[in-house]
This record gives sequence, C-alpha cells and structure tokens, in this order.
Amino acid sequence: MSGDAPASGSTLPIVDRPPAHGALRPAVGPVLQPTLDELSRPGRHVTRIPHPPADALAGIPAAQLRELPPALPEVDEPDAVRHFVNLSHLNYAVDTGFYPLGSCTMKWNPKLNEWAARLPGFADLHPLAPDAAAQGTLQVLWELERWLCEISGMRGVTLQPAAGAQGELTGILMVRAYHRSRGDAERSEIIVPDSSHGTNPATASMAGYRTITVASDRRGGVDLDALRAALGPRTAAVMLTNPSTLGLFEDRVVEIVEAVHAVGALAYMDGANMNAVLGKFRPGDAGFDVMHFNTHKTFSTPHGGGGPGAGPVAVGEKLLPFLPAPRVLREADGAFRLERPEERPSSIGRVRSFVGSVGVLLRAYTYLLAHGGSGLEEVSEDAVLAANYLRHRLRGTYDIPYDRVCKHEFVASASTLKHETGIRTLDVAKRLIDHGHHPPTIYFPLIVEEALLIEPTETEALETLDDFADALLAIAAEAHADPDAVHSAPHTAPVRRLDEATAARQPDLHWRPMTGAQMPCSD
Amino acid sequence: MDVDVRDGLLYTDEHEWLRVEGDSGVVGITAFAAEQLGDIVFVELPQVGRTLERAEAFGVVESVKAVSDLFAPVPGEVIEVNEALAAKPELLNSDPYGEGWIARVRIADEGATTDLKDAAAYRALIGA
Amino acid sequence: MPYGPHTADDRARMRDAIGIASIDELFDDIPVAVRARGLDLPEPEPELELSMRLRDLAARNRVDLASFLGAGVYRHYVPAAVDQIVSRGEFYTAYTPYQPEISQGTLQTIYEYQSMLAELTGLDAVSASHYDGATATAEAALMCLRATGRARILVSAAVHPQYTGTARTYLDGSRFALETIPLSADGTTDLAALERLLADGERPVAGVLVAQPNVLGLLEPMADVAHLAHGAGALFVAVVEPVSLAVLAPPGAYGADIAAGEGQPLGLPLGYGGPYLGILAATTALTRQLPGRLVGRTTDADGRRAFVMTLRAREQDIRRERAASNICTNQALCALAATVYLATIGPHGLRDAAALGAARARELERALAAAGAPRIHDAPYLNEFAVRVPDAPRVHAALLQRGILAGLPLADWFPDDLRLRDGLLVCATEVTRPAEIEAFAAALADMTAEVVA
Repeated sequence: MSGDAPASGSTLPIVDRPPAHGALRPAVGPVLQPTLDELSRPGRHVTRIPHPPADALAGIPAAQLRELPPALPEVDEPDAVRHFVNLSHLNYAVDTGFYPLGSCTMKWNPKLNEWAARLPGFADLHPLAPDAAAQGTLQVLWELERWLCEISGMRGVTLQPAAGAQGELTGILMVRAYHRSRGDAERSEIIVPDSSHGTNPATASMAGYRTITVASDRRGGVDLDALRAALGPRTAAVMLTNPSTLGLFEDRVVEIVEAVHAVGALAYMDGANMNAVLGKFRPGDAGFDVMHFNTHKTFSTPHGGGGPGAGPVAVGEKLLPFLPAPRVLREADGAFRLERPEERPSSIGRVRSFVGSVGVLLRAYTYLLAHGGSGLEEVSEDAVLAANYLRHRLRGTYDIPYDRVCKHEFVASASTLKHETGIRTLDVAKRLIDHGHHPPTIYFPLIVEEALLIEPTETEALETLDDFADALLAIAAEAHADPDAVHSAPHTAPVRRLDEATAARQPDLHWRPMTGAQMPCSD
Repeated sequence: MDVDVRDGLLYTDEHEWLRVEGDSGVVGITAFAAEQLGDIVFVELPQVGRTLERAEAFGVVESVKAVSDLFAPVPGEVIEVNEALAAKPELLNSDPYGEGWIARVRIADEGATTDLKDAAAYRALIGA
Repeated sequence: MPYGPHTADDRARMRDAIGIASIDELFDDIPVAVRARGLDLPEPEPELELSMRLRDLAARNRVDLASFLGAGVYRHYVPAAVDQIVSRGEFYTAYTPYQPEISQGTLQTIYEYQSMLAELTGLDAVSASHYDGATATAEAALMCLRATGRARILVSAAVHPQYTGTARTYLDGSRFALETIPLSADGTTDLAALERLLADGERPVAGVLVAQPNVLGLLEPMADVAHLAHGAGALFVAVVEPVSLAVLAPPGAYGADIAAGEGQPLGLPLGYGGPYLGILAATTALTRQLPGRLVGRTTDADGRRAFVMTLRAREQDIRRERAASNICTNQALCALAATVYLATIGPHGLRDAAALGAARARELERALAAAGAPRIHDAPYLNEFAVRVPDAPRVHAALLQRGILAGLPLADWFPDDLRLRDGLLVCATEVTRPAEIEAFAAALADMTAEVVA
C-alpha cells in the first residue's frame, strides 16, 4: 500500500489466526473471525440426512466417481452458526444505517416483502410446474408486467433479466433484432454520454457494437450539438440515463429522442434513476423505445451484499415482437399461462433459465401494492426534496459543480478541498466511516473531478440527513485542522485500509485445499 | 510538481517513452503515467513478432482501480518483451524508465520519431 | 406512503431550507408535454389486507404435490440455519462490498464460497456468482471465444435446452457459430460426431460444452470429451450440478478448463425460477477471463488478515466498453445461502444427500418399470432418468389430477425426437419418500391397465 504510514488507532486485536486460547478480545461487538477451514475438525459434523444404503452408487462406474470425498469443512452447528452471526456483525447494512450512495437508491427494504417471498406457496413452486399449478405466481407476474407498463408508459414488459445490466443487454439485443428485421445491416454503433454508468458501454460491446461517447455540456446535460454530430446511419441506439448520473433531469429529452429517431435509431433509457420521477415522468411518453428498471433500486428489493436484483425491461410498439419468451398471457376465462415456444417467432429467445428471479419480483410486487400510484409519487417527491435539502446544506463547503435544482441525487466535489488541504474524496469517504456513515458513491460519474455522488432516498429521517451533512462539514473542517486524521482514516472500523495492490498482484482466491486433512466417512 | 522526466528519451501524448537504440527502440510508460495509475498490478504484453502501426493499441496496463491501453509510439515489429513484468508488475511504479521497460520494437520507419516530443516538450505537456 | 419518515413539519423545514414554496417547483424542469399526471395503479392497501391478498395468491399455487420433477432445479433438505442466516439484515440488506473496511462479513463469506466451490469443482478460480446456470453457461462460451480468438462453439444436445437457448441469445449469430453435437442412441454425446465437428481445420472450435449429468440424467464420458477438445486446441466446459459433485468426479479431475452450472440445489428454494445461483469456475490460467466479482485475501494497514474484492480492473465500472462482461449486480445472497448450506450440511451430509437420492432413484426406476414404464436409456445415471410412457403428456396431466407431479414430459423439450416424445424425465432426491414412489407407480399402473382394458 503506497504512501500510508500505518498508524494503529484501532482498538481491535490483530487476528491472523484464530485467537489464541486465553487471549483478550471483546465479548460483544465486531470481532474478526477465522475461516471455516480453520474451524474444521475431522468428525465434527452433524448428521442431518439418513445414511444411504451401501450399494447406493453401485450403478455408477468407478471411473465416474470421486476418488476422495470433497474436502469441505466439518463444523458443528453451534460453531457454524456463531461463525456467520459474528461475521454479520462486521457488516454495515441498510438495517444498521444510512447509505447515501448516489445511483444506488439504498432505500428501506420493507420486512413485509421478505415475508411474502417466503410464503411456501411461492417458495416451493417448481418453475416447470404446469401452468394450472402455478396460477398464483403467474397472476403476480402478469399484474407486475402491467404495472411496470403503466409506470414506464410502455407497451410491454419482460421480467426475465436478473439484473439491470442484464436488462440493458436484453434491451440492446432487441434493438439489434429490430434493425436486422428491417434489413438494416449498417447499424454498428451505440452512443452513450460520458457520464454514463460503466454497464452501458460494456453492454454495447457484449452485443457487438462500438461505443461512441458524447460529451456532456456545461449545464450537465447531453451536448445536443455533439449528439447530432455523432448520430448517423451507423447509429443503432442511444443509451441515456434520465435523470442523468449527475442527478439532473434532461430537460431537452424530447428533442434528443426526436433527433435519435430522425436518423432511424432507437432510444434506450437506463432507468436506474427512476426513483426521482415516479408519477412525474414516463419514458414511453417521451418516445423512448426501451428502458430497464432496477428493482433493487427503485422498488426496494434488498441488495444482498451484491445481489440478487432484477432488471425488468419495458418496450414500446417497435420492440414488442422481440421481447424474450415466454411471456405470461391471460386467457379469456381469466386463467394465466406461459406463452408457448412457437407463439412468437420474432422473440430474441431467452436470456436466462425459466421466467425470472421470481422471489425478487415478488418483493417488488408487494412494494408496489403497498404504495399504489399515489404512494409512488410521494416517494419521488420526498426523494427529490431530501436531495435538494442536502445540496443546500453542503454548498459553500464542498463544490457543487451543477448547483441547480437536482432530482433524487446530486454531485459534490472535493476538488477545492484537495487543492487547499491535499485531502481527497477518498479520504473524506474513509473518514465518514469514523462518523458512523457509509460513504456516498465516489469518483463517479467520471466527468467530475473528486466526485461525491449523494442520494439520500425518501426513507431517511431528517435527523439522519442532518447528521450526515454535519459529518461532512466536520470532515471538511478537520481537513484544514488535522489532515493526517482524515488521510489515515478509518480508525474505528474492524479493519484499516487494505492492501489492494498485493491482493491483485498475488491473488489468493481460496483457502489452501483441505484434501487429506479429513477423515473419510466412517461407513 | 516533482515528476521524473528523463532527458534523452522521446515521449508520446499518451505518456509512453521511447529510447532509440540503433534501428530499434525500447518502449515504456512514464513516471507520470505510473503515478496517475497508482499501484500497477498487471501488464498485458504484446506477442513477440507482432507488427504494430503507429498509435496502435498493443497492450494494457492495469492498476488496482484503473486500466490503460498502451499505444505504439512508432510503427514496427515487436522483437522482445519484458517477461519480468509478469511476476513483478510493480517495476512500472518503482523503475518505469529502467527495469520497468515494456517492449523492444524494430522501428519500421526512421522518420517516425520526428513527431515525438522531447523531454522539454513532455514536461510542458504534463505541466511539470 | 408506508415507509417514509417525513412529517408535514419535516417537509416544510426542508422546503424552507431550499427556499421553495411547493414541491412542484422541484419538478418544473420536466417539459410540460411529457409531465405525467400520476399513475393508474391499484389503490394501496394497509398491510393487513395486503398480507391477506398475498396469502390468497400463494394459495392458488399447488405445492402439495408428490413431485418427481427436476430438470435443472431440485428439492433438497435445507438445514434451518440457512434461512436464518440469510434473513439477518446485516447480510441481506448490505450493499456490494466496495468499502471493504465495513463489509468484512460479506467479503469473508464470499471467499468461503469461492473456496468451497473450488473444492467441489476442482478448479481454482471461482466467480463470486453469476445469475443462474443458463447465463453462467453462456458466459463460459463467451470466455472460450475470447480466450482462443476462435469463433465456433460446440454444445452437446444433452445440455439443458434453456442453457443452450440462452447461449444462443448471447452469442451473436453473425459473428459466432453455435452448433449442436448430436447424441448417440444411448442418450450420451456422440463422440465420433464430436470428433468430426472438431476436425474442420477451416473453422477451429473455441469451446466444447457437455453436461454432467446431462439433461436426460445420464453420465457422460467427460475425460474423453476433454481429450478430444484439447487435441483440437479447444477449451472444454463442463456444465455441472453441484450436489452431484459430492460423489461424481469433479471437472478439475477430468480436464475441464471451465465449469458452469446451477447452484440452486445448494440450499435455495425452487421459487418458480429464482433468484438462483450461477456457478462459474475456471483454471488459474483463465482467471482474468472470468466475468464478475472475485474476492481475495489480503492484509490491512496493521497487518490484519482481511478480504477485499480484487482484480477489479476486469469489471465494467473500470473497463467500460473493454470489459469482458457487463455484469454488475450478481447473486451474492444466494452464494451466501450456498455457503451456509455447505457449512451446515457438511461433506458427509452432501455425500449422503447425493447417494441417498441415487438410491431412491433406483427404487423409483424399479417401481416404474414394474408399473409398465421402463427406462428409455441404459447408460448409468445418478438420480434422474427418462422412462417410456405412451401418450406421456396426457398421462402427466392425469397424474397431476391425482396429486402427482410426474416429472417433465420430454415432448416439451424434444418434440422431434421419436424416442423421447413418449418420455417423462423423472428424478428422486433424499427428500423423496418411498410412499410417494409407491403412489406414483400405483397410479401409473392403474392408467396403464385402463389403456390396456
């Protein structure tokens, strides 16, 4: 780790091995844990499943069988459960505190959603069960598709994509199918603004397109002249995030979409920021041809430490024939069924197994039922109100490059702070941890130097927002008074800053194999 | 700014340096580039024998938080690459002009070096 | 709005601080022409009514059936600790661990997942998860194309059709070719046909994909496939089922370069399709080609052992258009469930689950054969196989009426295969009860008798 002199302010003991017997360590609070292989002892396991008969595998040729049983950890239930419970204490989470993460919409994850998804009627249903046995879930999916059409102003929805990025790929594959269906073989480019999320150009590449990047203008919107110059017969689509990743509504959205259509291209909207405009703006009304939602952002499904999420995609008239198959249909008698393979040959096919991450979609469904249209509008109003409030609290101390009405998020910058004190956004972020807060999104979007992208969401109390703002102001003051404390933060987390260089140069991606360290099965 | 820029080398706008040695040249990245990237963790080296055009992307340098293409300062054939970088990519940080060299290229066109910058011009570029 | 904390007073204070009189001023920048006028959605219900509505919907699904349906996802006994751990808010409401200092819980459990999957697959580099078995298989195919620079993928006809279908969607038909390797009469991949397909020097193959067990439940000659693939300079992808890896030879042992598969059997509910768990693992040489996140072990500034996402510069936020994959959100919580499952079921429990399932499957085979539904194939199987049932779709529907989910009618997936059209793909696991097997066989015998009579 270049540059940082280790200054041990942490009160936690250094634990490289399981703690020695008799060693001092706290009884409550976060404690680093050994790994499961270090807890393992031969014979220390729980028998939960009856032993199979001795000839259970007699029908299988020896060459096809494992020579040795898998060398997995043998841990009794108390040690196993304590291991995971104690590890959970090392995590920050929405259930423990506020995440001001721009672009992530870390709103509250309602507990009712967890209960709903776990109902055995939903959880125990096999995805290949006949339609007649799946009427409850099929109804949920059918209704959810309709509601998402209403929210987006679009004509049809697929619930298959397992994530926003997969939704983007699905959308762009439909764009490709559309152009090909019209014999338009020249479309080889996708245009994205320089403020776009990394998934947009990555998606374009996966679909075989070249990415053309256009600059944002000084107001933070797409530079319309630059866009017009980039648009042409090779443009397959333009991928726009609206509100943008700067938290600004693209007020020339109608002209942009018209310009895109004028060259025969399609308009894609990255819906990551829909939390700002529910009931206020519908992409379909502005002419967008396709968009995706992130249920783990706008619709409260939990982040799970990195996933799972879901990325439903909504389309207008042009792309309707190309939606992934199977869709959920409703018969005249009210029964629901899955589309049959031959019913829509223009479909791009499937983008995953089965019909979607139904457990995640159930949570979104429950969320939408709990809010209704009026509730969703209130969500956006409160999200936007809170973001503008924080923007006002921070201006004057942090740079606000686009100091005008924002939507649900805004970008601040530590540029001036860096020039005056040497303290960078990274240091501010790490010092926020010592104030009990998760940092905001940092160094994104790429077009703002020393960026802090802040999104409070609608579910944080005013006291929390003020506490967060006060912490940021205190850090700015400390940057002038005592920069070392900021530069070497965090001091109060279970671990200090990590050596990421060695982790990348000499990757250690799994514990040393335990083969040979275990007793074979006693029978 | 106290950045290491070596006299006697030629430089590109993309922060590569070239040391001409007879009909071939040794290529690397500047100390400025290495500093901007941070701790370098991986280098994707070109294949020996590959023919490069001027400004063609011929490799990748990866740091913990960033990735950067390498662009050929001159046209030519790759005749040697620095295998030591596979085990020790950090040489690009510690000794970018010496042990951190990346590739040797047989220069296809003698005149190709004339548009490259000298040390003074490169210092001006990075504001040193 | 049910979850927002703001009172009228709070909102007034925020408006005053901003200097606006009405919230509408913050939405003035939306052009009038595209300003929405609210949303036409069902009126919100209080939780009490809402919960009853959800119960009613769940009750309309039939989950009380005696199920012999597998075909990619399977019922297993899941220790109660699994759901308790993944229900902890510190795990399921945590964000992606980009701030490692306050995410060691997530990071260490992912490292443990990677470690245990490395042991199960016999491969060293394990992705922190992909979406599901189908997308993991598709990405494995893309890895082969990237790593070799070739443009042709061969997939056995006995790889799960949804996986092949997904791979087909992902592969651009104009740039890359995806071809099917036919099956021999015995239901396994035709090695002679594979050899012929590999022999085309003009169109070298990037990757060969074969499943173990295959979609018909049969065991494939994986070492032979590896040998043929490597002999032609192609990579070999094994599409695997994780519980079977407790007893079957793992991909690393028979020379696979990449393993892809569905991790649902490792402690995840069936849930009508997800969220599931894409398993993707590769040899060390292919580590940098793996899409998605990887967690590595390192030390902190004081020398503590800790965990961090590593090799980040492969990912979309850094590489952008040069990223191998656009994946961002993955299936982290599902990987945690798998980790807790493996920790609580243990290696002996996992082997017992696999072996007991195999034993039940043999009982099922005997019972169904006696009832007039013999196996279609002879090749060895682990816990899933196809039986011949004339007019299988109709019989399947009739059995459903009797509370039996008699596997999958193979006509759904192989409509043109004369042998398989009259087949049911059935499976048993350690949770299949002998009484259920008897009931299935008895009902089938009744129907066969009816037809004969």
